[in-house]
Amino acid sequence: MSLRRSLLTSRRILEQLRHDPRTLALLLLIPTALVGLLSWSLTNHPGSFDSIGPRLLGVFPLIVMFLVTSVITLRERSVGTLERLFTLPLTKADFVVGYAIAFGSLAIVQSVLVSVLSYTWYGLAHQGVPWRISLVALCAGLLGTAFGLALSAVAHTEFQAVQFMPAFILPQLLLCGLVIPVSQLPSVLRSVADVLPMTAAVRAIVPLQSNSYYVGQFAIMLAYIFVALVVGAATLRRVTK
Amino acid sequence: MFNSDQSTLKVSNLRVVRKGNEILKSISFQAAPGELIGLLGPSGSGKSTLMRSLLGVQAITSGTAQIMESAAGSSTLRGRLGYMAQSSAVYLDLTVEENIRYFAGVLVQPRAEIARVMDLVALASFSDRLVSSLSGGERTRVSLGVALLDSPPVLILDEPTVGLDPILRRDLWGTFDELAKTGVTVIVSSHVMDEAARCARLLLLRGGTLLFDGTPASLLAASRATSYDIAFERLIEGD
Repeated sequence: MSLRRSLLTSRRILEQLRHDPRTLALLLLIPTALVGLLSWSLTNHPGSFDSIGPRLLGVFPLIVMFLVTSVITLRERSVGTLERLFTLPLTKADFVVGYAIAFGSLAIVQSVLVSVLSYTWYGLAHQGVPWRISLVALCAGLLGTAFGLALSAVAHTEFQAVQFMPAFILPQLLLCGLVIPVSQLPSVLRSVADVLPMTAAVRAIVPLQSNSYYVGQFAIMLAYIFVALVVGAATLRRVTK
Repeated sequence: MFNSDQSTLKVSNLRVVRKGNEILKSISFQAAPGELIGLLGPSGSGKSTLMRSLLGVQAITSGTAQIMESAAGSSTLRGRLGYMAQSSAVYLDLTVEENIRYFAGVLVQPRAEIARVMDLVALASFSDRLVSSLSGGERTRVSLGVALLDSPPVLILDEPTVGLDPILRRDLWGTFDELAKTGVTVIVSSHVMDEAARCARLLLLRGGTLLFDGTPASLLAASRATSYDIAFERLIEGD
């Protein structure tokens, strides 16, 4: 693996997005606008935004990055650039890490934007630490990217990739504790929810827990990011059978 | 200038079976430096599969393909074979220069190489244009430019002239000819039989079998035909 080739690849991906300002704007503004809408809709329920808002900061980046990454990698496949890269000295790890760096840096910008606006304009009064919220948003963005890369091995078209989104995201959304607290789920679902990446993202934001609790949640997220990146790299086929 | 006794390419009994279909049936041929070889045949005859096997992105079922003393697909060959796929295989949402710069970076090429390649395919004046805004012929040239980075000794070009106007086709074949004259082994596929006349040597492929290997003149002479289309027909019927 070469970090130089990964960085070249991430630079190339960011250049692609720079030429597509609409996608870039949607990527950065949608989560920000959604959290704003939520705070507005909860105006008559003082305190509610403080508990729900931060949790969504861990959910939106995951969804957005998942979609963008799976579509953009599938495009590399259908246009033939992936095949061309595989005739060049670029390893699968270079490619996957390049994507993780590009979208990871976008996730940082996205998370800073959302958290800053939440704490200022949206009037968030959360007892958590802002940097931890940003870190969760970053991990969530990386989770989305890593899973998007892994998915592009399963989905053969962009059309299929978009349809995988509800299959992958919605069950997690239902079980991660946003709709019903995880502790009130039937026992089987609770054990499932306990190990879902989105649950870890939501839990890492909940305030006033012990340090080891937070470390545990971040460990779950990092493990998923690592495994999904490895799966994403392993399922890329340099050679057609 | 180059040693033409030595083969750059040795393919023997190459067979490719994909999902139970035999795409290539025992293909054998050799190629020397400086040869301009036309790989002709109807669509579905296995041209792309043969090219992709040489590049190492298509698994070989049996037989061998040696390129410059290495087995096709070995990591030492990565970046040593210039490849142009049927799709342009460049980033449509990048400018011409950004495309070339990225692939040049992957190949660890200096800045001067980017300029050299852009001049070679006459794209210097397009450097800041997005590839998506270019015409088909211009995109082909971007793709060719990427294939020419680091002056690979072997060029594998899959239907580079499809859909282009006659003048552009003539210019491209001129470029291929010049590259061959510098010692590059150039393999160009096409399903347009008339392009046979542009090549020094022809390989005719049909149904995964090599029907003919020789010069365009000998093809016409052998089949007593006046056009390559008719020669190809007679070759199939006499088979």
